[in-house]
Amino acid sequence: MAGFVAYGLLLALVWVRLAAPDVALTEAALGSGLTGGLLVGASTRLRRSEPSPAREAASATLRRAAAGLCVLVSAGLAAIVVLFAEPAPTLAPQAVASLAATGLGNPVTAVLMAYRAIDTLLEVVVLLLALIGIWSLAPDRLWGGLPGRLHRADPNRMLTFVAQLLVPIGILIGLHIFWVGSVAPGGEFQGATVLAAMGILAMMAGLVRTPPISRQWLRLLLIAGPAVFVTVGLAGFAIAAGFLAYPPQYAKLLIVVIEVPLTLSIAAMLALMVAGASEWILQR
Amino acid sequence: MSAATLYGLCSAALVGLGLYGLIVQPEPLRKVLAFNLIGGGVFLLLGVVARRGAAAGLAGDPVPQALVITGLVVAFAATALALALLLRLFEDSGQASLRSDAPARLPMDDNQP
Repeated sequence: MAGFVAYGLLLALVWVRLAAPDVALTEAALGSGLTGGLLVGASTRLRRSEPSPAREAASATLRRAAAGLCVLVSAGLAAIVVLFAEPAPTLAPQAVASLAATGLGNPVTAVLMAYRAIDTLLEVVVLLLALIGIWSLAPDRLWGGLPGRLHRADPNRMLTFVAQLLVPIGILIGLHIFWVGSVAPGGEFQGATVLAAMGILAMMAGLVRTPPISRQWLRLLLIAGPAVFVTVGLAGFAIAAGFLAYPPQYAKLLIVVIEVPLTLSIAAMLALMVAGASEWILQR
Repeated sequence: MSAATLYGLCSAALVGLGLYGLIVQPEPLRKVLAFNLIGGGVFLLLGVVARRGAAAGLAGDPVPQALVITGLVVAFAATALALALLLRLFEDSGQASLRSDAPARLPMDDNQP
């Protein structure tokens, strides 16, 4: 599982080599960091499960057949890579053409927020649905309780010290990554992931308690981003060409209006996804 | 051979490795890990496509890059959901196995006080 984190960080380096620093940031923070954390957490809790009996393991025939199939798939993909069409098809000119209209300097952010904003909207809805799915896996009697394990703050522990030191700095870094995303590599997903990681760190160190998922303000925080996004999108019918279209003179303002609550909502969703289904209920 | 082609071949190998793990590994946690490997390979392939599509003064086509960012977030959501399902299965049956004849210890106390 620790190998997975290393793999994610290596992939992030590959993304830099492929001239995609925005993706590299996302990969390092989300693909490697948060996913790695999830996997490590799950494997720790599953350690008590018995090792699978031998008869559950795949037979030699199945292994050979699977290996053959996988080599075939890999070879097919490799052939596609080697025999790519020349010249390479590209949508970069269209993306750059819409860049001028948005007032943004980062083409990837412009694609996410303007050129293909509908993808981003649906993606946030997917996040929300996944979170609801995770929550609904809790047993009925624990519905509305506190997600994840309870952590108590111990002032003498190293983790508490690290969390106290790192969380304020990390929050600043997350906000910076989010804000700089309009002109340089960065953006709402990368910033939100860093913010979520800081929230998780504070919860693990016991500095803040995970809020019960039945809290009204928590629910409002979660839907604020998608709600503002949809509202601005619908307003596009009245003030611009259609759904999710921005009038050119206000494009950047509207994008910022969407991005701020969206970043906070995504950060809350990611942190709560890592926390998992509710496992405790507050005693009154 | 250009760097992009080399990374493209890496992505093909990653997809193959991940697919093999997904089929052969019996533990669900390893299957989730293998699924993430396949995802990484596919994203890398998109990254190579983006790099080859460099035009209009950009070092890469921003549309596939934005697609990859969207994909990474969705992959994270899917992983989190899969792991939550797995943990719930473990809680209920006391083991994390996908075998259909696994002896299940059904929780009868969940819906009753």
